[in-house]
Amino acid sequence: MKPILRVENLSFAYEKQTVLENINLEVFEKDFLAIIGPNGGGKSTLLKLILGINKIQSGDIKIQGKSSLQFLNKIGYVPQNTNVNTDFPIKTSEVVLMGRTSKKIFFFGYSKDEQQKAKEALEKVGMKGFANQKIGSLSGGQRQRVMIARALFTNPKILLFDEPTSSIDVAGQKKIYKLLKNLSKEITVIVVSHDLSIVLEDATKVAYINKTLVLHDALLENKKFDTKNDHFCEVELLHMLGNSHKKSCSC
Amino acid sequence: MLDALSYGFMQNALIASVLISIIAGIIGSLVVVNRMVFLAGGIAHTSYGGIGMAIYFGIPIYLGASLFAVGAALLLSFISLKQKNKMDTFIGLIWAAVGMAIGVIFVDLTPGYNVDLLSYLFGSILAVSRDDLYFISILLVVIILTLTLWYRDILAVSYDSEYAALRGVPVKFFYTFILVLCALSVVVAIKIVGLILVIALLTMPIYIAQKLSSTLAGMMLYSSALSLLFTLVGLALSYTYNLTSGASIILVAAFFLVVFLLIEFLHHR
Ligand SMILES: Nc1ncnc2c1ncn2[C@@H]1O[C@H](COP(=O)(O)OP(=O)(O)O)[C@@H](O)[C@H]1O
Ligand SMILES: [Mg+2]
Repeated sequence: MKPILRVENLSFAYEKQTVLENINLEVFEKDFLAIIGPNGGGKSTLLKLILGINKIQSGDIKIQGKSSLQFLNKIGYVPQNTNVNTDFPIKTSEVVLMGRTSKKIFFFGYSKDEQQKAKEALEKVGMKGFANQKIGSLSGGQRQRVMIARALFTNPKILLFDEPTSSIDVAGQKKIYKLLKNLSKEITVIVVSHDLSIVLEDATKVAYINKTLVLHDALLENKKFDTKNDHFCEVELLHMLGNSHKKSCSC
Repeated sequence: MLDALSYGFMQNALIASVLISIIAGIIGSLVVVNRMVFLAGGIAHTSYGGIGMAIYFGIPIYLGASLFAVGAALLLSFISLKQKNKMDTFIGLIWAAVGMAIGVIFVDLTPGYNVDLLSYLFGSILAVSRDDLYFISILLVVIILTLTLWYRDILAVSYDSEYAALRGVPVKFFYTFILVLCALSVVVAIKIVGLILVIALLTMPIYIAQKLSSTLAGMMLYSSALSLLFTLVGLALSYTYNLTSGASIILVAAFFLVVFLLIEFLHHR
């Protein structure tokens, strides 16, 4: 089987600071890849390279064997911080419609077809009734789901999520997990997350990124942990993966 | 009061008020949601300098001020796209000071010129000419056409420029284009309602409108309507009590803003 996404010998630096070094990664169709690692480890940077927001400096990123830039409408993206700009006067449906890539011009608005698609995308994330609400009036978790709908607008083959649950409440997080899991039945999902419930229960692969990348396939087969009851933190997980430099649990 | 409308200059003033209010509502909304208020202020002050230059070199005011303002817009857009975040306030204020100073110096240097540049602080809405009306009408048509064709792109760039870029929207182009439209709007508005009123119209109605609307288009409509209301009430007061028109309009706007803030405050308790 050919990988849907292949990263080869990728290195990247902002000005002089090297952030990623010799990254190699293969992701196959319907994989659910969780990316973990410390703050500043370069996780967001890798996603931005895949998306073409950051320009590749050395190495290569291929989607289905071609340059990833040719496939941008096949990649959906939910950025890390979606709680910015919340008093902006924009309706939920308009946010979703930002997901389109078509260059066609419509007078002062959107085509029927596109509005229909936006409705469908909102339905998929369980936000159907909110199309006409101002984005700022939604809760953090609802807003996050709208951003997922925006990413789904073009029916992508790969979905990239950058810390989808970091800024929302517990109830909202649960809904997002469920949604991600459902989506991953049809779409390849790559998610940067510190959430154990994602990393241990949903993911089929785990990559640890701190400048370099270490991949763990097998971790999840032997589910040793009951994440629901015990206090359990990421540091211990990293210990288990053999990558942690920290000694104590800070959470 | 209504007999005032039989004067040609009053009619022109009214037409100009309507057109300028619509422009201010649209451009002001764009400037606010794109967090370009300081840039717009910088451009406004620079245009003021442009008027001084135009007077000195004896070229038509609109041409001179437009060139100056558009030049400032391009430069500011270039700098702010280069190094986001930091520059806003800083560069905006430097430009304001330098632009104005240049304008004033050039007028000083103009031999025998005794029209005070100060008149451009409060504008001269009661002395609107045919040329003024043509210039604003054309500008308004350009602005409305732009929005008709590219509303969603402009919305996308304003709301989330990183994502817009990802979806292939030419973000830098639209950012620069918004600043250029802003520069041209500021130029007419300065000539007609004056520098001080421009800044007032670009901020006070917009602030209220943003709270009232759930779409960018709605915000533009509300701002335009509010600008028009403030301008007409201000003009009526100015005519009736023989007050300076620009100052009257600003006080009317400020009065409504305070009332709005009070209502909002009481509502939230
Ligand atoms: N636009 C940028 N310019 C310069 N440095 C950056 C930029 N974005 C991130 N960095 C730096 O790159 C490193 C990796 O950042 P990031 O990829 O956001 O990490 P993570 O998402 O894993 O927390 C950090 O040290 C961060 O400070
Ligand atoms: Mg990050």
